[in-house]
Amino acid sequence: MMDHSHIHREVANMKRSLFDQGYLDGQFHQLEDLEDDLSPNFVEEVVTLFFRDSSRLIRNAEQALEKTPHDFTKLDGIMYQLKGSSSSIGAVKVRNECSNFRGFCNQGNMEGCLSSFQKLKREHLVLRQKLENYFQMLTQVTPAENV
Amino acid sequence: MENSFPASRGDNFPAGLRVLVVDDDPTWLKILEKMLCKCSYEVTTCGLARVALDMLRERREKFDIVISDVNMSDMDGFKLLEQVGLEMDLPVIMMSVDGETSRVMKGVQHGACDYLLKPVRMKELKNMWQHVLRKKIHEVGEIENQDINGFNHMENRLEEFNEKHIHSRGDIGFAKKRKDFDSKEHIEQNFTDAASVKKARVVWSVDLHQKFVDAVNQIGFDSKSGMMNVPGLTRENVASHLQKYRLYLSRLQKQNEEVTFVGTEQSDLRSKYTSGTFSLQNSIAIQGDHTPDNYRLLAKDIHLKDMIPKISEDHLIEGRSVQETETRFLLDNSNNESEKISNVSRFGVSAFTDERIPGLDYKRNEICISEHNQSGFRGSQLMQSTQLVRQAQKSLTLKRKCSQLQQAGKHRHFGEVYLHTPTPIYSIISGVGDSSSPSSDIPLKFNDDSVSQIEHSATDTNFLKAASKTDSSPSPESYSSDYKNDVRCLESMTQKVSVKTEVELAFLNDLTPYSLQSYGFFEDIALNGYGVGEDNLTTDIRSIIYDEWQYNCEYLFDLLEVPMIDDGLCT
Repeated sequence: MMDHSHIHREVANMKRSLFDQGYLDGQFHQLEDLEDDLSPNFVEEVVTLFFRDSSRLIRNAEQALEKTPHDFTKLDGIMYQLKGSSSSIGAVKVRNECSNFRGFCNQGNMEGCLSSFQKLKREHLVLRQKLENYFQMLTQVTPAENV
Repeated sequence: MENSFPASRGDNFPAGLRVLVVDDDPTWLKILEKMLCKCSYEVTTCGLARVALDMLRERREKFDIVISDVNMSDMDGFKLLEQVGLEMDLPVIMMSVDGETSRVMKGVQHGACDYLLKPVRMKELKNMWQHVLRKKIHEVGEIENQDINGFNHMENRLEEFNEKHIHSRGDIGFAKKRKDFDSKEHIEQNFTDAASVKKARVVWSVDLHQKFVDAVNQIGFDSKSGMMNVPGLTRENVASHLQKYRLYLSRLQKQNEEVTFVGTEQSDLRSKYTSGTFSLQNSIAIQGDHTPDNYRLLAKDIHLKDMIPKISEDHLIEGRSVQETETRFLLDNSNNESEKISNVSRFGVSAFTDERIPGLDYKRNEICISEHNQSGFRGSQLMQSTQLVRQAQKSLTLKRKCSQLQQAGKHRHFGEVYLHTPTPIYSIISGVGDSSSPSSDIPLKFNDDSVSQIEHSATDTNFLKAASKTDSSPSPESYSSDYKNDVRCLESMTQKVSVKTEVELAFLNDLTPYSLQSYGFFEDIALNGYGVGEDNLTTDIRSIIYDEWQYNCEYLFDLLEVPMIDDGLCT
């Protein structure tokens, strides 16, 4: 049982740090609350869906950034979608960076957009890795202990 | 005379509400689907606006309400909103991650019933069914004539509502068919009238609003008056304004995080009522003609075990405060109504000290109870308090915290107050519909402020006063007139509830003017998610509990509101 409690603690710590470090917000809790017997892996499914969809949006944005002349409206639209999407799992940092990007779009500031976009991709990747680790750990905890 | 209330299949309304969710974000679509399922709604999802429109056109009667994102790839959400409103006349709720006022305005202008900010909360979705109901009622309300016999009206309204739904839905999810041939003609006439009637827009100027507030206040004193005496102002105008007013009041209350705590306390108190609910059940069963069908239905649907929230009493420290406050409430009830009302009006003025309340005495619990074995109103309160006395194991901190609550001096507490009163009925309701209590295993966190709410809600503002002892009582000036109104609402509501349980039709008539505001109040609390982007919930736990409570709360009171909405402003 020592092993399990160790992992348990690690999982709890991981989750806590995700919140403490501002990667996730209360929306994530809402998702956890939705999880039930009918959808025992709901959170993971949703997160997976999010990363799949958001990766697509990021690719779209990348393509739009490469095109000239720059279509700020289109970029803004993509970021708006990404912002909405990231709010679904409580991905705070990603969401905030989307807002920043849109701000630069409004100003027609391409440089700002580009640098913001790099940050965005970074945040997106970091969150993805952290959550993947988290869910991996979660599966190591026995179902009965899975809180 | 019966007042039937539309109930979905199995009298489980609003469970089974058929929702169409339209969102091009697959993540949100999945989340919303799950959330709506948890609300016991029947969910259909759609990722494309055009497909959604086709679905709606094809089978308009298949849905009760549409919820759609504003920003969609294939079609502007506002356009969809417009189309749905025009073609199908279904209530539509808009969602967006963007809470910009201009967008919200646009939504409202295009006819949205509500505008939710993403991330959407459960409680906002749980309130959805109210839009459906409200739409129906307002449709009927527009065409009603100035018939003082509210029951007939409501009957007709509901009949019409029923008709619409019965004919469109084979399984009569929504309505109870009623065989009232007399009203049928009336209904047909109403239908034709409805087609030609246009909603008159009433502009609520500052003066008009003041008149409104005065009338509301006055109603507390005299059930027969309280007229605004404004020509051209229909009951419906006032009703809708009243609703907004309530929303405003509830927004004042929303500022406190402890709101959810009330919910937890509420459900905790519910457990106290379980044994007492038997008597309620009986009285409900006895109701006979005076009871709306919903009550009877509810009574039948009572599952005591469901009613007992699993929130343990661990959350409350042992004490007698609730008991005490309840009886204190009774004590004050010994005063006649007018005095109570005057107490209410002095509410803002009084410091919330026990000493201010004449005759209060903790030890006189039993005596108090026996003294008030009178009218139905008091009788039911008696019943309630007796139950409390029997079952009360509650914390002293409740009382203490009441005073702390007073220190907070927040209006919304009082808005919450009346919640306590209908608790027994809550209990009944909670057995109906989605009463699965996620709160059961959730450790409750105590919020000092919310504790007092529970006590307050013991159906009497005096109770509230008694319960809220504070060293630094808020100054009278700190309470707006709204607050006083809240208190009155509470009071009225309490009376209202009591009456219903006691089958005192006479009382009912006297109190009908109150009913609207009372229920509205409830509605306010319940409609926590009404505002755009407002969210002050601290813990999810609390919000869940609050949701549960609120859900039951609003369910009950909206049900009650239906028959009373007409009488409420009847003069």
